[in-house]
Amino acid sequence: MKNDHSTDDTQWPLWEVFTQKKSGAPHEHAGNLHAADAEMALQNARDVYTRRNEAVNIWVVPSKHIVASSPEDAGPFFDPANDKIYRHPQFYEVPRAVKKRARSRT
Amino acid sequence: MDEKQKLEHFQHKIDNGEKIEPKDWMPDRYRKQLIRMMSQHAHSEIVGMLPEGNWITRAPSLKRKLTLLAKVQDEAGHGLYIYSGTETLGVCRKDLIDQLLEGKAKYSSIFNYPTLSWADIGIIGWLVDGAAIVNQTMLARTSYGPYSRAMVRICKEESFHKKQGHEIVAKMADGTPEQQKMVQDALNRWWWPTLMMFGPHDSDSPNSAELMQWGIKLKSNDELRQSCIDRTVAEAHAMGLEIPDPDLEFNVETEHWEHGDIDWDEFWNVIKGNGPMNHERMKARRKAHDDGRWVREAAEAYARKKKLRSEKAS
Repeated sequence: MKNDHSTDDTQWPLWEVFTQKKSGAPHEHAGNLHAADAEMALQNARDVYTRRNEAVNIWVVPSKHIVASSPEDAGPFFDPANDKIYRHPQFYEVPRAVKKRARSRT
Repeated sequence: MDEKQKLEHFQHKIDNGEKIEPKDWMPDRYRKQLIRMMSQHAHSEIVGMLPEGNWITRAPSLKRKLTLLAKVQDEAGHGLYIYSGTETLGVCRKDLIDQLLEGKAKYSSIFNYPTLSWADIGIIGWLVDGAAIVNQTMLARTSYGPYSRAMVRICKEESFHKKQGHEIVAKMADGTPEQQKMVQDALNRWWWPTLMMFGPHDSDSPNSAELMQWGIKLKSNDELRQSCIDRTVAEAHAMGLEIPDPDLEFNVETEHWEHGDIDWDEFWNVIKGNGPMNHERMKARRKAHDDGRWVREAAEAYARKKKLRSEKAS
């Protein structure tokens, strides 16, 4: 993407915007925007993505700093997790009575 | 994987209702169609600010003025969400905007009609935005992830747009004889251009089949138009307004309102740039862009200065 022009009146750098819906919630990707600097990116993010109190906190990150895994390599990349079903609780069997008691307690 | 397998895998994902994301493999045509559709959609949101912005200083009350300001601001936001989404396809936003300013890009034909009275603002919210919602609700389920997410956000905000317009129209339809006449006149002028917003009949829409196969569109132009008409006619009648179509008739078997012939010559004429306001809209858009140049340059100079200062300090 051609984001780093040096002439005047050109496109400002691209920033990715992450918003936190409420305190304690994770930041989620909301979209992106162009801004000349970090301060303006925050203000623009507020005006573009949170006009109706959609967030209590915003992160902005220059898009060029985002590193993403590639979809074509998703198979081998995530492979280490595929054959480790023992990482899930469903892998284990426990006596029924214990299960029941656990449920009645909650 | 060779091209054929990639294409099969791609189609399989779409048929399964999975979303296509920016870095996923996609056919060139899919990318091109999306860039065309999304950039036109973004331009429409931006140009759509003009007919309404026209009435901000003349809104009849402070409440209406605040509402209209918020609505026009939303339209700017909608344009930005969709430009953002379009950029994920590898195009540069500046190029898209230059295409619009140079008159090479298309935008919705509806914005090339003038807003002659305050009633037009009500009709735009209720009728035009109502029609846009029909289309955008479908697009919220489109196969391209970034477009779909932008649409979900937009649909939430559009319901405010439609409702504030509906309120204006209902108030006027229930008002003095002059107000009633004014709002009926606005409906008469906007009805047919609104039906044209959905594009040509399915039989004359060469792109439709491909767009539907790839899950970009989920319903055809005629289906969307019909669903808009059915909804709107009921609301218009409830407000005592008359739809300006002598051939409009309810079909008891299909339970649909059947409309008279649409003047497609007018539609193509407006698309080609000869609508009543095409020239004026582009002039206003270019002026806004030129008038904002010093702000963009100042912001850039300020950012440069700050960066330099922090580099010196460290």
